[in-house]
Amino acid sequence: MDEILARKLRILADAAKYDASCSSSGAPKRAAGKDGLGSTTGAGICHAYTPDGRCISLLKILLTNYCLFDCAYCVNRRSSNVRRAKFSVEEVVTLTVEFYKRNYIEGLFLSSGIIKSPDHTMELLTRVAKSLRRDHGFRGYIHLKSIPEASPWLIEEAGLYADRLSINLELPTEASLERLAPEKDGASIQGAMAQIGSRIAEAKAEHRRFSPAGQSTQVIVGADATSDEALIRKSAHLYGSFGLKRVYYSAFSPIPDGSTILPLKAPPLQREHRLYQADWLLRYYDFTPDDVAEATEDGMFALDVDPKLAWALKNRHRFPVDVNRADREMLLRVPGLGARAVDKIVRARRHTSLRLDDVARLSSGLKRARPFLIAADHRPTGLTDRLDLRARLAEPAQQLSLF
Amino acid sequence: MTAQAPRHAPSPAPRRGPALARTGEADRAGSGPESPAPGPESPPLRTVLLGPGADLPGFRAAVRGLVAAGVAPEGVAFASGAAPGLFAPAPAPAEGAAVPLPRAVADLIAMVVPHRDPERYALLYGLIWRILKGERQLLEVGSDPLVHRLGLMRRAIQRDLHKMHAFLRFRRVPEAAGTERFVAWFEPEHHILEAAAPFFVERFRALRWTILTPEGSAIWDGEAVRFGPPGRREAVPPGDGFEAGWRDYYESTFNPARTNLRAMRAEMPKKYWHNMPETAAIPALIRAAGTRTAQMIEREPQMPTKRQPVRAVAAMADQDPASLDALNALIRRSEPLVPGATQAVLGEGPVGATVAFVGEQPGDQEDRQGRPFVGPAGQLLSRAMAEAGLARDRAYLTNAVKHFKFEERGKRRIHQKPTAGEVSHYRWWLDRELDFVGPKLVVALGATAVLALTGKAVPITRARGPFRFERFDNRFQGFITVHPSYLLRLPDEAKAEAYAAFVDDLRRVEALAQDLAS
Repeated sequence: MDEILARKLRILADAAKYDASCSSSGAPKRAAGKDGLGSTTGAGICHAYTPDGRCISLLKILLTNYCLFDCAYCVNRRSSNVRRAKFSVEEVVTLTVEFYKRNYIEGLFLSSGIIKSPDHTMELLTRVAKSLRRDHGFRGYIHLKSIPEASPWLIEEAGLYADRLSINLELPTEASLERLAPEKDGASIQGAMAQIGSRIAEAKAEHRRFSPAGQSTQVIVGADATSDEALIRKSAHLYGSFGLKRVYYSAFSPIPDGSTILPLKAPPLQREHRLYQADWLLRYYDFTPDDVAEATEDGMFALDVDPKLAWALKNRHRFPVDVNRADREMLLRVPGLGARAVDKIVRARRHTSLRLDDVARLSSGLKRARPFLIAADHRPTGLTDRLDLRARLAEPAQQLSLF
Repeated sequence: MTAQAPRHAPSPAPRRGPALARTGEADRAGSGPESPAPGPESPPLRTVLLGPGADLPGFRAAVRGLVAAGVAPEGVAFASGAAPGLFAPAPAPAEGAAVPLPRAVADLIAMVVPHRDPERYALLYGLIWRILKGERQLLEVGSDPLVHRLGLMRRAIQRDLHKMHAFLRFRRVPEAAGTERFVAWFEPEHHILEAAAPFFVERFRALRWTILTPEGSAIWDGEAVRFGPPGRREAVPPGDGFEAGWRDYYESTFNPARTNLRAMRAEMPKKYWHNMPETAAIPALIRAAGTRTAQMIEREPQMPTKRQPVRAVAAMADQDPASLDALNALIRRSEPLVPGATQAVLGEGPVGATVAFVGEQPGDQEDRQGRPFVGPAGQLLSRAMAEAGLARDRAYLTNAVKHFKFEERGKRRIHQKPTAGEVSHYRWWLDRELDFVGPKLVVALGATAVLALTGKAVPITRARGPFRFERFDNRFQGFITVHPSYLLRLPDEAKAEAYAAFVDDLRRVEALAQDLAS
């Protein structure tokens, strides 16, 4: 690999790293054809982890970080002084194929600054995906960041080659968008999401291929004053209206050459973690947005207890729950019991009466679940009424603020 | 019979499926004394000697023999990989019948056999025994200590497989005559080489590759995997032309403001690091992280040093096709959504036409000639238009879908109706096209055109006649009639009447057009 290409790679990987998503999951299982390269496993694979604890699954780069937009939160906005570079379509294809052959990556996550026009940029992104699929028989994972300002027919074409399309919402409210991202427009973002959503649904029904791993988005946390509750309600809306696969929450991170209208301090990473936990409650634990809102104080999640525990502490009258009798919905509400543990409990109790040490073998969260559970040999004695319960179950505050 | 030599031949034993229900391979296992049933007081302990590593066929054969002889788990000990002669040679057991087990149990056995734990065979035999003695649903009871332990072992294997698929790194070795081979060294925790290989076959089928481990090697030449003797780390070249670039990527994608070493080590334990070239960058990244973050926060925001690209920003919004010709150029460049068509068939007629006709999609003739409504249905439309007094050359004619979709039957290309999804895919273009032409009246010919113009399915027979296409906010009036190809498909006795009704419709269209034009 020559030094010019290496230099571009350093600049354009650095410029892409603020996108939280790196997932390679959700694509239908595929194997390489006779002369082709690549496969997808369904669940995705993390090929390495960087010291920030995040996984490298895809080659996550920008086609270019030249950009005509001026979004305050973005390191690549036109008014920033970062170093700029631009890959050719062929260079991105070569890097993807050669990295893939060495088993470094699952595929490509390609995004770009806007150059010339949104349409021009979108065409370049699609050309990369098309060349990988057509010229190299590439069956690995391709995630394209779509450009909502591009003409709709270009998004239609991108979906033919990509496994996943995403459009970043970035800012959860129209007002923040106007203040921090003057060229962006909430209506066109939601319009493009709706377009992708309905095309994915149609293609699925007609057994055609269009972004088979669905669409996702990202919102930045802590760059504006939006509360956790408002973020979660927004996500619930996105999941419901556009059939999104994932909403990523990215704690606003200080960037080199930051803009003056941004807050100086990053939000605690723990806040981002709590949002993911709440998001999980929506998607896998049958919580409604109202339930999740109950777990907040003035719209914000506590940093020292997780949202499910916070909800349980506010709803103590609904506990303890009998692990041998309660229905699945209620078991899912027990702090410490994950969805898989609940499934195992429901299966096992058909054949035996569960004692506390049985539960310990079915779930790794027994310590937290214990005050909320009745088992064959265990009944918490008024433990749910104890005032110090929260303090006993809270996590030490310094977690995740590492240095 | 004694211990097996390492088996290098590709194992015919399936990794999945009801492995124990298969027959054959019984000769591979050895088993202990021939005494049929252990006495009640001091049961003589049988010792079953299995091959090294993951000896699924051997275990399967042993289980058959033991079950047939009614040997309880307490009466048997399993040993594996030992050199011959350590145990008293024993005659091979009488071959037992296949043992019927639930599918999930067979899967669990195949997964756990590669585990490094010497107790694995005894634990599995304990499980099999209990299931055969009546606990058919035992696997459902995840709280049972044995099921729990085997579950943990299965998880360990899954994790080991996953990490091998994730962390193995190939290096390129040029071979004779311009070919190349990719070689890797990996140290799995369990005996999983054979189980891990299919993943690499599916992914790198077109490459030639070799995976070396301390226990054995796997070689792919494009046809089949050969499993061979243990490899040596030194057999892998010391570097690869893309490794520096990969390390650059690894360094650049790390965000120092989010350093979280515990999370990294939990997923990528240190024992893997020495075979992953990128991890050499970790110490320096960690050392510099604090300073880099502090610098980012402390640095005052700076004025942009370059001039603001005002004109480029203004020009950026100007990307929409500016004319029908520009739009048509885009459509012509596009590829068919369903492959096969020769070319995109564009609309035809004057910009500013009072009436626009929208059909379904080009047919065989249209696809060859690149013009709309030139096939049999198009000719019928021309005839009907002439009878109704509509001049074809003053109307605009186009299709909802721009490419021919067909099924090949012999030499004939049989038209296939576009799906709803395909119609919406092409709808953006139809909308822009009508914007540029600016008709006062749009005639939808048939259901597909109606679908394109309304966005929903509308029954033609009931909606036939004047119609409001709400999507277009009264920019033009609408009219619905049948597609001329429908007339061609009717039986002869019905044709005349239907054709007359079609011409009647076109007369109403002509009358409406006269009103609108004045």
